[in-house]
Amino acid sequence: MLRNGSIGRRRLLQGTGAALAAGALPLHGVRAQKPLVIGFIYVGPRDDYGYNQAHAEAAAVIKKMAGVKVVEEEKVPETVAVEKSMESMINLDGATLLFPTSFGYFDPHMLRMAQKYPKLQFRHCGGLWTRDKHPANTGSYFGYIDECQYLNGVVAGHVSKTGKLGFIAAKPIPQVLRNINAFTLGARSANPKITTQVIFTGDWALPVKEAEATNSMVAQGVDVVTCHVDSPKVVVETAERAGIYACGYHANQAKLAPKGYLTGAEWNWEKVYTDFVAAMKAGSVPGNFVRGGLKEGFVKTSAFGPAVTEKARAQHEAVKTQMLGGNYVIFKGPLKDNKGNTVITAGTEYIQTEPTLEAMSYLIDGVLGATS
Amino acid sequence: MIARDVAMAEPEHSPAHAEPAAAAVSIAGPEIVTGAAAGPSIRMAIDDRWRQAAERVAVPLIALAASSVVFGVFLALVAQVDPLEVYGLMYQGAFGSWFSLQNTLVRAAPLILTALCTALPARLGLVVIGNEGALVAGGVAAASAGLLMHGAAPIAVQLVMAVAGMAVGGLWILAAGWLRHSRGVNETIASLLLTYIAIALMNHLVEGPLRDPQSLNKPSTAPIGEANMIGNLPGTDVHWGLALGVIFCIGTYVLMRHTTFGFAADMAGGNVRAARGMGLNVGRLVAVTCLLGGAAAGLAGMIEVAAVHGRANASLVAGYGYAGILVAFLARHHPLAIVPVAVLMGGISASNGLLQRRLDLPDATVLVLQGVIFVMILAGESLYGRIRLFQPRGA
Repeated sequence: MLRNGSIGRRRLLQGTGAALAAGALPLHGVRAQKPLVIGFIYVGPRDDYGYNQAHAEAAAVIKKMAGVKVVEEEKVPETVAVEKSMESMINLDGATLLFPTSFGYFDPHMLRMAQKYPKLQFRHCGGLWTRDKHPANTGSYFGYIDECQYLNGVVAGHVSKTGKLGFIAAKPIPQVLRNINAFTLGARSANPKITTQVIFTGDWALPVKEAEATNSMVAQGVDVVTCHVDSPKVVVETAERAGIYACGYHANQAKLAPKGYLTGAEWNWEKVYTDFVAAMKAGSVPGNFVRGGLKEGFVKTSAFGPAVTEKARAQHEAVKTQMLGGNYVIFKGPLKDNKGNTVITAGTEYIQTEPTLEAMSYLIDGVLGATS
Repeated sequence: MIARDVAMAEPEHSPAHAEPAAAAVSIAGPEIVTGAAAGPSIRMAIDDRWRQAAERVAVPLIALAASSVVFGVFLALVAQVDPLEVYGLMYQGAFGSWFSLQNTLVRAAPLILTALCTALPARLGLVVIGNEGALVAGGVAAASAGLLMHGAAPIAVQLVMAVAGMAVGGLWILAAGWLRHSRGVNETIASLLLTYIAIALMNHLVEGPLRDPQSLNKPSTAPIGEANMIGNLPGTDVHWGLALGVIFCIGTYVLMRHTTFGFAADMAGGNVRAARGMGLNVGRLVAVTCLLGGAAAGLAGMIEVAAVHGRANASLVAGYGYAGILVAFLARHHPLAIVPVAVLMGGISASNGLLQRRLDLPDATVLVLQGVIFVMILAGESLYGRIRLFQPRGA
């Protein structure tokens, strides 16, 4: 895990409460000791079987910690509404640590609030915090979930009979492209001839298009699908109904596809948030730039479904062990994109912390589809 | 519905009410108009105007009261929470403090402008619901214009952005109006579909030709620059969009209620054949109202870019356009009623967070309330003319 942020704002807990909480607390009676109030903001519903649920599940864990109070808001759009939600949590609930979890909350909304409330802490999921550009009371955290998508690919590569995989994606942005490429590389490590058909729906939550994309893939002979949209629910359910396999994403969707669910790439935000809360309780603040993968416990894989073969299981576990040890490189040369250009030269290895990976703009050889 | 609206909103034009006043004058005849004969009649006519105005205020209030009862029952039975506690929290979250009030107003600001996009063409009997598309198109146009003007004085940049946003938003709705007038295409469907085109075009532009390479995971245009942002109203956290919205509403009110243009629009809305027969240029009326309505929504898009996001991206599609349709209908397309209704909607949305946090209610709770209010206000239409207290006594 990379933690190169500044730590050491110790007056944080003392300064904030008094003025802010005065008007809001009467409803909750008098407390002997002021709890640490943490605000979570989600862009979609908390029970979406996806991105938001992954955060909400972790928030539920934090909620049980002693001396911690969690306040949550769901379905907050990426507009001035999220600024007001943060401010309302600060003014009416006395929140001192805020987690606006959706990507679009970062710039300008969270940055604006961080400037307005310099004594409070703001941490954002997925943003690229930069020391000289962004306020010191902000930061970003994210996980290398492409490791789990690679492992999804390994299992999919073994299980697929047609050699055709499907990937339903929201937008051709770096985080998504990295997952598609990792999934394909994993699959190709099991079966070098395999291809991944990708369909971009154009937005994060378009259930109808996601179902249509899944059905069209079934019609093309695809027999394992995975996705990168806010809620994989529709994709996984549609795949199950069509009798094909699915790999999960964001959270565990095994319940939605008891027969066809193979494994899944899941967030383990619980680990990140408990670390952050521990830092706050120790009088310190969370790191400013926090990243981690399987090794750091930021991401995890779903338990295997019934259709996973012995061979798939064996390779999955072998690679996972290496990843847990921190010595498996997913993106290494020679690697070509699907237009024939070399994107990583022979002999080059990009470890997970490599910044160029966070600006990925290509689909690798073996992916059928285009970024624009 | 539109025709009725017109008739009821302007009772002083209708012959039934004009009569007593005229009679009073003729009776008074050569005599000086003194208290004895003319007084009671004129006073009665004035009383009648007040009764009509009171009716227009009272009926929505009755509908709101009924909504809160129905919603209260829903809260107690379905959500199993104390309705009074919910209303207390809603008041606290929406109007209970200076912070809450500003929260409400900043949410109301875009709704005021997008509501005009439905309310203006409605005077002509057109049901335009493409507000979201005009907002998005206006926002992208404004951001592009701002980038083109880079380096100019901030006030010039802002003016050009506003003009660009209004022009493109206006043209967007004008397209729906033109399809209606010249090609007989249903303007409701046309404007709705134009919204999808606007959103797709916006996505294409911000993910392609206009994309700032720095915007990795949230494709956006380049920022217009901090110096070019329009700030907040002095002493508040509410951006200038609120003031612009109110000014736009007042301007629209004057145009539609106090000019011959507005009178002509009402006539065409009431009976388009009669209007044509009298030589009114209905095409021009359609064009101007659609252009103005679209310009209001386009201005809302410009304000989103210049006061909130600082760039154009998919966050422009935030549902302000659709919420604006609701506001317009609740305000019965009256430009001045739009402001309080938008504030009410802004307040409901501002209180949403507090309900979620304090009572663990789902986000959909306030949508239920909005739905109940909408149905009640529409049902309340049937009360007009039925409450004795508000009926004219003049005749």
